[in-house]
Amino acid sequence: MNAKKNKIAIHIILILGIGITVFPFLWMILTAFKTVPESVAIPPVFFPKTWNIHGFTEIFDKLPFAKVYVNTIIATVITVVVQVGFCTMAAYAFARIEFPGKNIIFIIILSILMVPGQIFLLPQYLIVQKLGLINTLPALVLPNLFSAFGTFLMRQFFMSLPKELEEAAVLDGCNRFQIFGKIMLPLVKPGIVALVIFTSKFAWNDFMWPLIVNTDPDKMTLAPALSLLRGQFTTNFPVQMAGAVMSVIPMIVLFFIFQKQFIEGVAHTGVKG
Amino acid sequence: MNKAVVKKKTVSKRKREDWIAGYVFIAPLVIGLSVFYIWPFLQNFWFSFNEVNKFNVATFIGLENYKKLFADKNLWNATWNTFQYVIITTPITIAISLFIATLLNSDIKGKSIYRTIYFLPSVTMPVAISLVWKFIFNGDYGILNSFLSVFGIEGRSWLSDANTALYMVMIVAIWSGVGYNVIILLAGMQGISKSYYEAAALDGAGAITQFFKVTLPMLSPTIFFVLITGLIGGFQVFDSIYMLVGIDNPIFEQVQTLNVMFYRNGFMYGYKGYASAISVFMFLIIMFITVLQLIGQKKWVNYD
Repeated sequence: MNAKKNKIAIHIILILGIGITVFPFLWMILTAFKTVPESVAIPPVFFPKTWNIHGFTEIFDKLPFAKVYVNTIIATVITVVVQVGFCTMAAYAFARIEFPGKNIIFIIILSILMVPGQIFLLPQYLIVQKLGLINTLPALVLPNLFSAFGTFLMRQFFMSLPKELEEAAVLDGCNRFQIFGKIMLPLVKPGIVALVIFTSKFAWNDFMWPLIVNTDPDKMTLAPALSLLRGQFTTNFPVQMAGAVMSVIPMIVLFFIFQKQFIEGVAHTGVKG
Repeated sequence: MNKAVVKKKTVSKRKREDWIAGYVFIAPLVIGLSVFYIWPFLQNFWFSFNEVNKFNVATFIGLENYKKLFADKNLWNATWNTFQYVIITTPITIAISLFIATLLNSDIKGKSIYRTIYFLPSVTMPVAISLVWKFIFNGDYGILNSFLSVFGIEGRSWLSDANTALYMVMIVAIWSGVGYNVIILLAGMQGISKSYYEAAALDGAGAITQFFKVTLPMLSPTIFFVLITGLIGGFQVFDSIYMLVGIDNPIFEQVQTLNVMFYRNGFMYGYKGYASAISVFMFLIIMFITVLQLIGQKKWVNYD
């Protein structure tokens, strides 16, 4: 009896927490479908009288929203594919191959992890500027193609695999590239999935770097483009919220499809430290 | 005898092949990290002792940037804001996360649904989320003030008031951060053997005693991990301040954090050398905190 009461109390607290978590999302969606007067009505109107899509169409007039969307997709895909590729290759070598200088190189990479990101920003910006890439798509991805964190994460996955698998392949006369492609890659698939998820979330949501390198709205990604809405149209909340809704949807859909991998990936980083 | 010599030779050939393979595997990453991280790190240090003009020509000026920086009241204000932000948000986020994770770790239905929804803020774009919260906190049309007026509390322009703006940003940070910590702490809790709880229950320990005597000590490595990541992440807060308070806000200088101050000097005003000095200052503080934590953890983190 008491246990049952306890469980009900737990559910009530958890549902209250869910309410606080979900409310901003709900408010964002509801406002996106309101008219401007409805969005600023006092007392507030909860549901739009008619669900109008004015905000969603108007954002394409206020911003080159389609271009920005495509830029974000391209930047995210390139960042993910290249970064995961480079990290996985290097991580395999750090975990399994002996070569001179390995430990010192790995320690240097680890130390990059400890350094706050803004310390690299100014020189990175100058490199991109020197290459004449300011306000181009390559500028958005360049530094993010290389990741110390991804290498560290993937190395952990390679380290957890049994050594015997490889030794057998070596005896069979496979070279390192064959071992990597045919034996190791399929085995670290959970790690790759985790890194793909982390990297796409990061690339999609990133703000400071794209804000710095691309100031031309045509070349922006979603996060800096949304930040433009803040200043110009302070009172047009439906347009702002429509932009926000469209910007968060891809990650939320991805999350719901891969929620198991998302959550395991996060849990993994914590447990392994 | 002969056999052994042959074997040795093949091994060393194998070894040499391995060396080459190793370098080939790490080459793209190492070259990229050197160009975009290691070299910039060194260059940034160098810049902090230089004046860098708009053609990016650096002139050595010794410690001038640092002298100016330490005399700048904006620096100490931004440092204070950053510390306040980190010291308030990190422990509160962890405490709330621990509470929710403990509830989720009990024997109830629908755990995975709760977990999924709590995690939602962690996957959404901070800039988009900030737009929503900015609307909620809006002084004239925000639903927060409408809600408060039901209780007869008069609201204000929370984000345009230097006394409240930073706290509002902290609320959003806590809201955004809880889900991520819940996942990590819950995974840690699920790794604690049930036998500890059974033994504690036999000794007559109730749920609360069990939490303090079993869960907390056993979970200390995980708590340490979320504490470190929380402190370091919080120290670099940028997106939410830029969005919620707004760079054009008259109170901005009063509520800015170090990273925002760095951005303004380096990328808005073009004081590159000065901005480099700010980033070095941040780097030193973060290193100091990390070392302090690593020393401190020996006292309270319990590794098996």
